[in-house]
Amino acid sequence: MHELSIAMSILEAVEEEAGRHLPAKVTAVHLKIGPLSGVVPSALISAFELITENTEFRICRMVIEETPILIHCPTCRTERSVESIQQMSCTVCGTATADVASGRELDVCAMEICE
Amino acid sequence: MKTRLVEMRQKVLKQNDVVARELRQRFHEAGIFVVSLVSSPGTGKTAFLERVLSQAREKYKVAALVGDLATDNDAKRLARSQTPVKQIITGTVCHLEAEMVRSALDGWLPEDPDILFIENVGNLVCPSSYDLGEDLRLVLMSVTEGEDKPLKYPTIFNTADVAVITKMDLAEAVEFDMEAARRNIHAVRPGMEILRVSAKSGVGFEQWQSWLEARIAISASM
Repeated sequence: MHELSIAMSILEAVEEEAGRHLPAKVTAVHLKIGPLSGVVPSALISAFELITENTEFRICRMVIEETPILIHCPTCRTERSVESIQQMSCTVCGTATADVASGRELDVCAMEICE
Repeated sequence: MKTRLVEMRQKVLKQNDVVARELRQRFHEAGIFVVSLVSSPGTGKTAFLERVLSQAREKYKVAALVGDLATDNDAKRLARSQTPVKQIITGTVCHLEAEMVRSALDGWLPEDPDILFIENVGNLVCPSSYDLGEDLRLVLMSVTEGEDKPLKYPTIFNTADVAVITKMDLAEAVEFDMEAARRNIHAVRPGMEILRVSAKSGVGFEQWQSWLEARIAISASM
């Protein structure tokens, strides 16, 4: 359960950015999370709600875009999706590879402010 | 009142990544090869490391950092190998972060080691998100844990460089299916190297040592 410390890092980033837009209120934070980031979105949302409960950020929703795992397929010579996180092989030709192109994201993309 | 979108575009763990990058740079300049170990609690990271340290110290200057939520039992145990060992007590934190490694190193060793081992907190989930500046990340699984461990914890296997199967002396007793384990490891991390050891009997440690030396040589030539 490291989602709590991840949520705290997100809140810190939001607080810092919010400071530049006072007195606007932050109503949402947009994230990109990949399956290989090691973070569970639902647990992250709960953790974020918990730490913002009695703060001005309690109205801040978490909007999570879950990105897919993509590999650089050496056979197709392009980015492809995989069968699953348990089966890291190209969905088109079946080649297995550890060459991950995306899926490790754990990014804060944007926030919505109300002014 | 109107709503506006403000772009941020940053990594959530950017602070950890910055520290990890600084550590990696520092290790590289000082010629320190860094190996981290992750596994479930009870896989035998400490038993593995005990042998690894005793064996490696004949040839290299070695040191180890060990992370746990509480107690310095592991550090005491590893100190028997007569190498510098320091415990990092994380309190409630279920993983090591780059900053913990940095502060543990501050003013600790009078002389840089050739190899630094970092034993993470026993946990197959949380350590996967945190870069510690290591050259190699080992994921350990024991034969008693079941061949499907990689399928249950794909992320940690995916972020590690090598899989080490421990407690091989018990493989027959628990009817461990090596072929199934290999298949599962390669399903989540195609091509991953797999080493097999028994800290009790010493089986596999010669292969481990030569494998590690080869990796150090590759890293030194880069």
